[in-house]
Parts: sequence; structure tokens; C-alpha cells
Amino acid sequence: MSGMVEKTGKATWLIHLGLIIGIGIVCFPIYLAFVASSVSQAELVRPPMPLLPGDQLIENYTRALFSGINAPVWRMLMNSMIMALGIAIGKIIISLMSAFAIVYFRFPMRGLFFWLIFMTLMLPVEVRIVPTYVVVADFGMLNSYSGLILPLVASATATFLFRQFYMTVPDELAEAARVDGASPMRFFIDILLPMSRTNIAALFVILFIYGWNQYLWPLLMTTDPDMNTIVMGIKQMFPSGDDLTDWPLIMATALLAMLPPVLVVVFMQKLFIKGLVETEK
Amino acid sequence: MTFKGWRLPVLLILPQALITAVFFFWPAGQAIYQSAFIPDPFGLKSQFVGLGNFEYLFSDPYYLASFKTTAIFSILVTLVSMSVALWLALMADRIIKGSGTYRTFLIWPYAVAPAVAGVLWLFMFNPNVGIASWYLDQIGYDWNHKLNSGQAMWLVVLASSWGRISYNFLFFLAGLQAVPKSVIEAAAIDGAHFWRRFWTIVFPLLSPTTFFLLVVNIVYAFFETFGVIHTITSGGPQQSTTILVYKVFSDGFVGQDLGSSAAQSVVLLVVVGLLTVIQFKFIERRVHY
Repeated sequence: MSGMVEKTGKATWLIHLGLIIGIGIVCFPIYLAFVASSVSQAELVRPPMPLLPGDQLIENYTRALFSGINAPVWRMLMNSMIMALGIAIGKIIISLMSAFAIVYFRFPMRGLFFWLIFMTLMLPVEVRIVPTYVVVADFGMLNSYSGLILPLVASATATFLFRQFYMTVPDELAEAARVDGASPMRFFIDILLPMSRTNIAALFVILFIYGWNQYLWPLLMTTDPDMNTIVMGIKQMFPSGDDLTDWPLIMATALLAMLPPVLVVVFMQKLFIKGLVETEK
Repeated sequence: MTFKGWRLPVLLILPQALITAVFFFWPAGQAIYQSAFIPDPFGLKSQFVGLGNFEYLFSDPYYLASFKTTAIFSILVTLVSMSVALWLALMADRIIKGSGTYRTFLIWPYAVAPAVAGVLWLFMFNPNVGIASWYLDQIGYDWNHKLNSGQAMWLVVLASSWGRISYNFLFFLAGLQAVPKSVIEAAAIDGAHFWRRFWTIVFPLLSPTTFFLLVVNIVYAFFETFGVIHTITSGGPQQSTTILVYKVFSDGFVGQDLGSSAAQSVVLLVVVGLLTVIQFKFIERRVHY
């Protein structure tokens, strides 16, 4: 896009400046949290807080990771990791299978199954929390990983995506597999799955972030601090009464809470953008 | 081209069908069923009231106020996050070198959970230790979102918009890059300056993206900002930041008013349904573009 429209010199320079200011504004809250996680409580409670990192970084993070307030943060990180991976992998597996069934077979009540699954596009978990909570409690799954994962695994987005993708796969491939006498499962595992690799990876990135960042559901599901996920556990670290809020500890936890999904976005940027664009279609 | 047989496909679809039935349709059905009853205080039996819960709901000033709060909140979040994102995308679209680096720096807040974003903004604006509230105090502006409902609303709006900028930026940038450069250059040759080119050429061509983002951001503000509200204000002061999703939670779990909470769930179901229909209609149109 060079040529007439692109001005050189001063104008370009101004645009760079504008972008840097924009990034500064967007990144400032995180920088501030980082500073807060590196100073002592005494330095923080005398406003204005310092704007340069202090020397308590290692102390604060060690304290957060290994003692925390209600539960050590490493424990909450582990719970979040199990939940996020469980949701991402679970969703991908069941959607790969059901999309395969819907696209490559004609079976009784196929239409019914199809609509039952796609109606769930409309039902975010926030809308039906009380009855879903009751169902999970009746199964005795409160404070368990299955209770955290299963209700969030059912969603049509992934099925929809794989269905769209399968429909673009040339018919000849399935035809050839059939002529060669390969069973449907052989075709699914040896041909369809390898072809879906990028789609699976892109979806995994989006679903991992989705699972990691869940808040309301873990808040209801986990009354035992040892089962808290990190995103909901931060709020539990605020004192309920008049006690002083331990800001350095909370800010260290907040940064630890955002680290895994941020790393995923930064290092898998291409897959992330692909996943984002495709899941919204 | 399809394979024969019906046992295999039914087996393949069964896991998703079962989970969907148990964790989606059963609870949704329960919500509709419970919305017609008032449970007695001991939870032993409940009394059928038909549409009574709904009648009560729509004559409850707190519920109607929550509707208004949700509307104001979602409009502000949508406007703030979309205008900042468009501004950044317009600039990023105009530079040739280094736009990848800028993009990396601008997209990662997407990965920050709304609840974590809430904690960050709460820290900046905390009336005792917050740096923003301290500087506001220095210029003579008294900040206390725990008492002032207008300030509370702005704080949750800013915290909710912040992480959303990344998302809108990506879609705006993609939209801008799809605008044919030859058209813009032709206009430039004819002497149209930047803002004129923007309003007469770029913005109309960007309208599918803009409309798509409008719907998606409203859905976000309605349903995915629970974490922000819960961490920053818990719906207060005086319910001034109680959006509909927060009210379902606080009436159902904190207030234990199951009939009303179920009725509210049903109302939200209808809202989600409408938004989904709008979204689908629009996507249908976008395919024809």
C-alpha cells in the first residue's frame, strides 16, 4: 500500500507515536500490576504507589505460589490447567465424532440430533446456572473436576466448525476409501483427522482460553479452597471484614492467572486469529 | 457421499447428545418448569403460580431497573471498546513496517479473564491505595466507586471494555485490510483528504464488520461480564451495577429466590434467542457479500 496514500516522514512518525500511546494505555494496567507485585505492602498503602518495580518480586511470588491465602496458588494453577485442558480436549473429541456422524452418515433421527445440538449455541451457562447447579449437585459432582468440566463441554460451536470443514472435504476421498474397502473409522482416523489438524489446533487455542477464564461456574462449583481455580480464587483472596487487603500477593496472583492464556495467544498468534475468526462465523 | 449403517453414527454422536441432554436441556427445562412455581420456605413443596413469577418480575422496580442498567452498560461497553479499537486499527492499517509487532502488543489483553481485568482496574481505582483515584484526588475530583453509583458504572464499563479492545481491533484491522487500495488511491488523486476518504469510502465498506461487532459486543456485555461486576462492585452501590446476569445469580444463589431466578433465566433465554437470530440473519447476509 505504498504510493499516493502513504505520506512519508512526519505523518508516518505521528502514526507510530499514536500506536505507541495506544499500546501504552492498553498495557498500563498490567504494568501497574507487575509493579505492585514487586513491592512490599508498606510501600503500596502509602499513595501514590511507586511506578518502578521494587525488590520484593521473588518474595511475593514465592509467598503466593506456596502459601497463598485460602489455598496455595500452585494448587489453583493446577486446577485451572486441568479444567482448561479438560474442556478444550473434551469438546474437541466429542465434536469431531458427532460432526463426522452428521456429515458422513444418514441415520434415523439425524435431523433431531442435529437440532438438539445446534440449539445449544443459544444457551450460555450464565443463563441456566441454578438448575445446572442442581443437576451437578444431584450427581454428587460438586468440588470435583468432572463437575467443573462436563457442563462446559457441551457446546455446538466446535461441532458446527468441524461440520463446516468436513463439508469442504472432496467426496472422492471418502469414495476412494470405500472402494478400497476401508471402514468408516479407518477413513475417519487415517484421512479426516490428519486433514483437520490446523482446525483442531486453532480451536484448541480458543477453547483453552475459554476454559481457563471461566469464572461463574467454578465460583458455584467449588466451595473447597483446594478445588478453586485461579481466576475465581483471586476474588476469594480479598478479606471480607476490615482486614488489610494484601495487594502485592493479589497482584502477583493476578499476573500468574493471566500468564498461561497470554503465552498461548502470543506464541500461537496465527492459530489464535484463525480460531477466533472461524468460531465467530 | 455417505457411509452405510446406523449403529456407528449413533454411537459417535451419543457422547455429545448425552452431555447436551443432561447439562443443557434438562436444566433449561427445569428453569422453565420452576418459573411457574413458588417453593415454600422449607423447600418441601412448591405452589403452582402459572405466570405469576413473570407478572411479579415485570412489576418489580428492581428488575426493571436492572434492565435499564444492562442496556446502559452494554451500550457504553460496545461504544468504548469499538471506538478505541477502530482508532488503533486505522493507525495500524496505515503503517507498512512493524504492524506485526504492534498487533502482538495489542491482542494479548484478549487472553486476560474478565474477572482478572476487574481486579486490575479495582486496584487502580481503589479509593485508598489506587493510583488513579489518588491523582484524581490531586486535581480535586473525589473518587469513590463504593458510594457513587455513576463512578461505579464507569469503572465496570472501562474494565469490561479494556480486554475487548483486542478482539475488536483484530476484526477492524482485517476489515480495513480488505478495503481495495486502488479505490482509496483514486479518491486521494481526486484530492479527498483522510477523513473524507474515511467517511465516504472506508466506513461504508467496513459496515458489515461494524455490524457484526455490534452484535457480538452486546452479547459479550450481557453474558460474559459477570466476572467484572462480581470482582469490582458486586452489583452495588444500591444495585446500580446489577446487570441481568448478575441478578439471576444474586437472587438465585444469594437470595435463594428460586422461582424468580428461574423466571429471570427464562427471560434471558428469550433475549439470547433474539440476539442469536439477529446474528444468524446477519451472517447469512455476509455470506452473500
